[in-house]
Amino acid sequence: MIPEFGHFALILALGLALIQASVPLLGAARQRSDWMALARPMAVGQFVFVAAAFVVLAHAFYVDDFSVRYVALNSNTALPTPYKIAAVWGSHEGSLLLWILILAGWTLGVASASRGLPESFAARVLGILGLVSVGMLLFTLLTSNPFDRVFPPPVDGNDLNPLLQDPGLVMHPPLLYMGYVGLSVPFAFSVAALMAGRLSSAWARWTRPWTVGAWMFLTIGIALGSWWAYYELGWGGWWFWDPVENASFMPWLAATALIHSLAVTERRGIFKSWTLLLAIAAFTLSLLGTFLVRSGILVSVHAFASDPARGLFILLLLSAISGGALLLYAVRARRFRDEGGFRPISRESFLLINNVLLIAATAVVLLGTLYPLFSDALGFGKPSVGPPYFNIAFLIPMLPLAAFVGMGMHAYWQKMSASVLARRLRVPAGIALVLGVSLPWLFFGGAGVMTTIGVIVGCWLILSSMLDPITRAIRNRSAPGPLPRAQWGMILAHLGVGVFILGVTVVSSYSIETDAAAVPGDRREVGGYEFIFLGTRDVQGPNYQAVEGEFEVRRDGRLVTVLAPQKRIYRVQQSPMTETAIDAGWRRDLLVALGDPLGDGAWSLRVQYRPLIRFIWMGALIMAVGGLVALSDPRYRLERQRQAAPRQAPRTAEVG
Amino acid sequence: MTPRRQRMVLVALVAAGVILSAGLALRAFQENLLYFFTPSQVIAGEAPDNRAYHLGGMVLPDSIQRDPGSLTVNFIVTDYAHSMPVTYSGVLPDLFGEDQGVVARGRPDANGLFVADEILAKHDENYMPPEIAEALAQAEQGEAP
Repeated sequence: MIPEFGHFALILALGLALIQASVPLLGAARQRSDWMALARPMAVGQFVFVAAAFVVLAHAFYVDDFSVRYVALNSNTALPTPYKIAAVWGSHEGSLLLWILILAGWTLGVASASRGLPESFAARVLGILGLVSVGMLLFTLLTSNPFDRVFPPPVDGNDLNPLLQDPGLVMHPPLLYMGYVGLSVPFAFSVAALMAGRLSSAWARWTRPWTVGAWMFLTIGIALGSWWAYYELGWGGWWFWDPVENASFMPWLAATALIHSLAVTERRGIFKSWTLLLAIAAFTLSLLGTFLVRSGILVSVHAFASDPARGLFILLLLSAISGGALLLYAVRARRFRDEGGFRPISRESFLLINNVLLIAATAVVLLGTLYPLFSDALGFGKPSVGPPYFNIAFLIPMLPLAAFVGMGMHAYWQKMSASVLARRLRVPAGIALVLGVSLPWLFFGGAGVMTTIGVIVGCWLILSSMLDPITRAIRNRSAPGPLPRAQWGMILAHLGVGVFILGVTVVSSYSIETDAAAVPGDRREVGGYEFIFLGTRDVQGPNYQAVEGEFEVRRDGRLVTVLAPQKRIYRVQQSPMTETAIDAGWRRDLLVALGDPLGDGAWSLRVQYRPLIRFIWMGALIMAVGGLVALSDPRYRLERQRQAAPRQAPRTAEVG
Repeated sequence: MTPRRQRMVLVALVAAGVILSAGLALRAFQENLLYFFTPSQVIAGEAPDNRAYHLGGMVLPDSIQRDPGSLTVNFIVTDYAHSMPVTYSGVLPDLFGEDQGVVARGRPDANGLFVADEILAKHDENYMPPEIAEALAQAEQGEAP
């Protein structure tokens, strides 16, 4: 009976979502407070029922209720308990439920934090979030009900895909979805502003923290996914330009552009219609990502359990939600007039360049991701776009962007003289040049042109970000008070980009990857480390058996570590899995993976040396921390007091 | 230079930069488009000779041959209408095996042996890439009288 309660709870949630999506919107149009007031209780109720459904499904996994088809397909009595819970979102139906739960969670957040907002605006935002929720709930109930029963129930389950039996599964999808779905909030704010036909700088100030919050989760989610793919897929790649990865990366790029354009709209009252369009685009790309991942329309290494029939529904949903928003935009965008202009050298200009380049980068990724679809649909054959395209084409907008970021951070609003900017930046630029040319030679004994450029740009970003804090520390007498939190957030986020660029440059320039055939006793040198193959033995895991190899790694004769890669066979699905052994370090990762037995005790192996690969994820983490610090800035919280006392004079000393 | 002149030069420079970048990006795009062919299509001469492509099909049972102690592996990819020999040197993906779907990236040599530099196999034993499923269906139709 319990699973039916879950199903029932979802239907009730749909009912509440329908009310939330209609009555408050009508109320806002007719200025009826009592109708608008329905939005918040509906949002709360919806969250409660969706959460109940989610708990019911988790419970079914926990007690091995294989009469529920979804549980039978994705779990097994031998599956360790943490993975049973994570298996809730291990496949399509459950991950959709997680999507809806997170949407309900963000909606709840908006409902409880929106007391300071104008009544009709809050009602519209919640109404639009309700509309999105209606679409997703209908999708779940009509095409992908996780509570469907199977009769007779199987004795044991089909087990979770072995690739997913990893701590990465526990963390990655929820965080990624927090980001994906979180972009629905700026989307709803935008559509609400379009409906109202008005947009003040206060609007931008309300929208910013939500955007930064979603962006922060998206950043961590993508970084975790990259890290997971790096060790789980076993072949040392941290990014494959795979459609599923691109699907998460495009909303990130758009959200990054949105954060920057919101800053201009808040501070200067310009870029208004552009900001609205970006917010719509970012969430559209999120939905597109869901469509790409869930429909199975694109072949991907990460696409688990996909179904083309569901693709059509998501596509319809996408056209309804985004198409509707874009139509509204087309009709209303003219009303949003910019207030004032700016000079060619100013903070606004740099942020404009930032937006243009980020959108160009999004277009590059979009072209490479969707071209195969269009080509196939139009009968031009079935191409796939190779990673070299992305590697080259993505750099074209991103390299200048990285160079401009370092300048834009120090530009004043409205206007600035080029010579003042140049004088401020010549020292960090000079140091970055010297470091970029010398460091690769010092540590790696040589560098190509692209490597040198990459290291220069990475150092430039780090130094330029730290310029203000360092200058203040040196001449602390003249410092006018501490840097605001929002400023620190920006500094950290840009510093993270620099660290990330350093990592990417060094990993792609100096990694060594060799395939080898080896018998026990063989030695092989990779990247200055000697790998000694000692032999293999059989080991037993809870739900798999494995062959484990043993490798000693020595440097200059000293033992560095012992690596034990495994080749596992999971009992239920009888599928093989390579467990790469990794010795992780700040300076380098060493990886050994077992390939196949070649006979006579010989094995094929893949041995890798990857310098500074940790910088990639550390950079992303620093970016996310930057987002968190910016969120903690009191100016976002002061908002409520100001709303309470609307006649109070606006603060003047705000930093963008 | 007058400010107007300056602005014109600036605009011209930006336009040139944009055109150059777009050109570079599109060239990279062209060069990295990999098309998918089945053995039947390759034998019918539809696949290009001068650039790499994806060869897809099923691994023919009992066709996997290894030189003992070496990384080189030879096997035959088939769509059950036509077949093509493939050679690859390196570590194979987990789910590579007989009667499994496979996609090989590479190009054929002068003798018609497909030299693969990457082998892709999907991480799900029941999975068949849609291209292969469709190609197999077509090959079967072609077989029927």
